[in-house]
Amino acid sequence: MSVQTATATNEDAARRRIGVTAALAALVVLLVLISLGIGPVRLSPVTVIEALFGGGSDVSQVIVREIRLPRTLLALAIGAILGLSGASLQGLLRNPLASPSLFGAPQSAAFGAVLVIALGLADVRSYALPVAAIIAAFGSVFVLLTIAGRNAGLLILILAGLAISSLAGAATALVMNLSSNPFVVLEIAFWLLGSLEDRSFQHVALALPFIVVGAIILFSQRNAFRALSLGEEAAQSLGVDVGRLRLFVIAGVALGVGGAVAVSGTIGFIGLVAPHLIRPLIGHDPARLLLPSALAGSALLLAADIAVRIIPSTSDIKVGVLTSIIGVPFFLYLIMRERRALSGGVA
Amino acid sequence: MTLLTAQNLSVALAGRSVLRDISLSLSSGHLVALVGPNGAGKTTLLRALAGLLPSDGAIHIGGDALSSLPLRERAKRFAYLPQGHIVHWPLPARDIVALGRYPHGATDPARLSPRDTEAVLRAMQAVDVMEFAERRVTELSGGERSRVALARVLAVEAPVILADEPTASLDPRHQIDVMKNLRVTADKGVLVIVVTHDLGLAARFADHVLVLSEGRLVSQGGPAEALSEQVMADVFRISAYRAEYQREAVIVPWADL
Repeated sequence: MSVQTATATNEDAARRRIGVTAALAALVVLLVLISLGIGPVRLSPVTVIEALFGGGSDVSQVIVREIRLPRTLLALAIGAILGLSGASLQGLLRNPLASPSLFGAPQSAAFGAVLVIALGLADVRSYALPVAAIIAAFGSVFVLLTIAGRNAGLLILILAGLAISSLAGAATALVMNLSSNPFVVLEIAFWLLGSLEDRSFQHVALALPFIVVGAIILFSQRNAFRALSLGEEAAQSLGVDVGRLRLFVIAGVALGVGGAVAVSGTIGFIGLVAPHLIRPLIGHDPARLLLPSALAGSALLLAADIAVRIIPSTSDIKVGVLTSIIGVPFFLYLIMRERRALSGGVA
Repeated sequence: MTLLTAQNLSVALAGRSVLRDISLSLSSGHLVALVGPNGAGKTTLLRALAGLLPSDGAIHIGGDALSSLPLRERAKRFAYLPQGHIVHWPLPARDIVALGRYPHGATDPARLSPRDTEAVLRAMQAVDVMEFAERRVTELSGGERSRVALARVLAVEAPVILADEPTASLDPRHQIDVMKNLRVTADKGVLVIVVTHDLGLAARFADHVLVLSEGRLVSQGGPAEALSEQVMADVFRISAYRAEYQREAVIVPWADL
């Protein structure tokens, strides 16, 4: 192959990546408009745009800007950070089955938040909540990566993740068990299911700073993930400080997931699914996957949050329940696909 | 010209002493074979020389103390090829080779400077992988993949190449190809250190052989000298058939001790 054709193929790939990213961004914008328009009062995209920019009737302005915009912004940001966290963990561990929810990060973050609520240390709108969630998420990812060691196979990661999420679940159950106030218990139980309903701009202010910082940290490490494709030793020999990279990823995931869980409860499997949807479109380069995976995460959560408002049911379906109902079968499918690697015990 | 020296190098891993008191002095333009029985500490020595694991003693590269060099600077001086030619994602061969420019600040293969592009092309041409530049490495045969891995290491254009069993699991033809490529690289002035279990390849291609046994450097020198009958018996517990073919040393391990 000549130099010219090599460069040409390279440019083709670049054009394709940009096209896919632009299409995803357009899809996200469309879903945002739908999300702002869907609810007990249905508004057309035109009305929504009018209301967003201060036009239209007062009623539609209140509905769009005060009721639905916070919810939509949270779906956008939380979906993005979950997709980005999943892609980052998969890049760090060179493993397509890595994701925050399989590693027990949201479950642990939920435990941190629940503890704060149950102890009456803070109401659900103070910064104590995301801080506790972030600390617990950091702890869980740190423990997982320490157990997994340098070159962990798929099996070890999944077993360790299962253990950590079970522990977090048990700890959460214990807190609810010991709580004397049945109303608090009920509130926690519903909150754990994961939902974006009735969220205000206070919630957005609570979660967004952490999500943004987490996203910046993860995104800044993108090129190191590519070097890690060659394994930790080779990456280190190329000048990547692997120990520092691990800490950055743990911190980024904990900040993002902790901040998200603090306002939404546990919403799982977006981080696992998003990168898998993107790979067939733009290839496996772990650095290039980050931005499209974040967009795909946003699109998935926005779509799920629209779906729970459309699906007719006697009581509200929580969006966290829906993502798990869709995510777990997808996880099973991935296990089936990775069966050979799993039964060998190596990644 | 002396390029790489180690004085009283010792390494302990998890409290166990793996390398003891190793001193050596190696010159640019040489192909050095590092041999020894399993568990002798060959890979550990290679990693210690590249500064990939903590060690006691002093290592100097081109007159600078290795411990004084930041990670990025070390990466420019040592190109390290780990065992097994691992690539975890199905990336195009060209992107893998381009990772060799990472120490030079080219962290994105889609945005290489003209200088980095040239280095990548030179490396790919040197080991003849241009024809599958755009193919995914996971789809390549073992021999092709080993050439891509070699190209990645060459693209660093470092004064020292450290290769850990680059010929393992390759057929004889590809083993010889790899060694020839490394030989050519050494002849261009690079210090190439190769871990190998193949004493025949070591004897034929190396200028200098280091023999490790139980963490100590027990013998070194030219192939015939370093792999003397005594060393073969003491370290490897074998005898060997020795000859000369087309004016190159031939050593064939022959266990009849």
